[in-house]
Amino acid sequence: METYTAMRHFADSWGLLAMTLFFVGAVLFAFRPGSRAKAEEAARIPFEDNRK
Amino acid sequence: MRFGTEIIATSIFAFVALLGAAFAADNLFAQHMWVLFFVLSAFTILLLRNTSFVKTAPADPDAYMDGPIRYGAIATIFWGIAGLLVGVVIALQLAWPDVNIEPWFNFGRMRPLHTSAVVFAFGGNALIATSFYVVQRTTRARLFGGNLAWFVFWGYQLFIVMAATGYLLGITQSREYAEPEWYVDLWLTVVWVAYLLVFLGTLLKRKEPHIYVANWFYLSFIVTIAMLHVVNNLAMPVSFVGSRSYSIFSGVQDALTQWWYGHNAVGFFLTAGFLGMMYYFVPKQAERPVYSYRLSIIHFWALIFLYIWAGPHHLHYTALPDWAQTLGMVFSVMLWMPSWGGMINGLMTLSGAWDKIRTDPIIRMMVAAIAFYGMSTFEGPMMSIKAVNSLSHYTDWTIGHVHSGALGWVGLISFAAIYYMVPRLWGRPALYSTRMVTWHFWLATLGIVVYAAVMWVSGIMQGLMWREYDEQGFLVYSFAETVAAMHPYYVMRVIGGALYLAGALVMAFNITMTILGYSREEEPIGGSQPALQPAE
Repeated sequence: METYTAMRHFADSWGLLAMTLFFVGAVLFAFRPGSRAKAEEAARIPFEDNRK
Repeated sequence: MRFGTEIIATSIFAFVALLGAAFAADNLFAQHMWVLFFVLSAFTILLLRNTSFVKTAPADPDAYMDGPIRYGAIATIFWGIAGLLVGVVIALQLAWPDVNIEPWFNFGRMRPLHTSAVVFAFGGNALIATSFYVVQRTTRARLFGGNLAWFVFWGYQLFIVMAATGYLLGITQSREYAEPEWYVDLWLTVVWVAYLLVFLGTLLKRKEPHIYVANWFYLSFIVTIAMLHVVNNLAMPVSFVGSRSYSIFSGVQDALTQWWYGHNAVGFFLTAGFLGMMYYFVPKQAERPVYSYRLSIIHFWALIFLYIWAGPHHLHYTALPDWAQTLGMVFSVMLWMPSWGGMINGLMTLSGAWDKIRTDPIIRMMVAAIAFYGMSTFEGPMMSIKAVNSLSHYTDWTIGHVHSGALGWVGLISFAAIYYMVPRLWGRPALYSTRMVTWHFWLATLGIVVYAAVMWVSGIMQGLMWREYDEQGFLVYSFAETVAAMHPYYVMRVIGGALYLAGALVMAFNITMTILGYSREEEPIGGSQPALQPAE
């Protein structure tokens, strides 16, 4: 198979699957149990710097 | 010796430029190298005049490094006004072709000067300055790399000067938003790698365990721009002392590489970077944390995953394979979701503090910026749909769309960040004048509305005139007739652009006076407090 076709097949099969899974994983990770408190803490980071 | 290495390096570099001018393969390269030689010589003299042999105490490793940010804030305003001014001039040139001054100041050379000045000089300086500001204050660590941050600042200014003078001389590789030729591209690559090192190094030595979301956006902007810039500018110079190079890609591959770059310049330079700004400065100015931190994480990943595929929508109905066009369209439409998620996140940060829109013109500017972000990211996906694109493409509608995003979103959020940073960077209690911020806001908003509305009308008219057939299948209008029909709109556009420029001039005055330490006597916004009478 020529390179173009091989890469194109890879992109719309395994490549697409891998990226979709990564994205779904990132979303699930963001909403994992107990993440709310951690997220609220992280959101306060800009206010924890007292040097102006 | 202070600046010892820098003085030696710039003088060697100036000498190399002189050699380049002497051995140039073409006249343009010689002229450009003379420009480089004079710029570097002037800079070397400046360094020599400021050197000293007195040992200076090493910088406090816990103090923030704000010098390059102060310079960056001033550079942002300077280049912003230069870029907007050139924009008004080229708008005049379109309305009245006599304003074209051959050969250096005709439209063909001034147009890339305008786009690069506003995107890379104004936007780029705003991004570099704010990213240095935000990364230090959210990691509570000093910038990494000592004077490397200064190299990033001055190296980037040199890139801007070389790009701008190159355009006016007529040196271009004809790739939109990537017009500088190979040697300027190589220089930008060096500067950009240094920028990445400073930013990553600061993140690595952070004292705050969590990396705040604004830094993710900034980092994605830096990394992606590095990748886009390198791949899009893969070219072979005709001569190593010549100003001409040829892309290693050809035909449709070249076109797709260009628009993969071009659209992600919008996605990662003009969107991701400025979202980093939004996620820091909006909470700070509103004095409340971002509405949903978890939504900001989803916003980040969704934006990163979708934007990179949207480029092919610039090549609808071309030789690009159909599947690639459809792919670009589908991903562009999907971008609605993260864009609007981000917009809602930014706006809702103000929930419970909506009164600040009335009392705080900086908040008002931020809200307008986010609203324009929402509007232009709604319009963009719509225009990427093939049926809509068949009407909008190559017309002024596209120009209107770009300006509602660039003037509305990028411009206003940067101005707001400057207004936030400058009093803090120079240790002033407040801005010189808050009322002038209101003036700036209304001048800018009115300018954008005039500009965008006029371009919609002009663009849709243009598209409809182009596709108008009579009953025998002949085109009804000649091209020159469509141009003549657009004249009134071109004149109105000049007014819109001039209003926006006027707003920026008000800001420049306000910021200058703030830096100089003045404070304007004025009634506070919302009227002065009535003196309370004790009840009797």
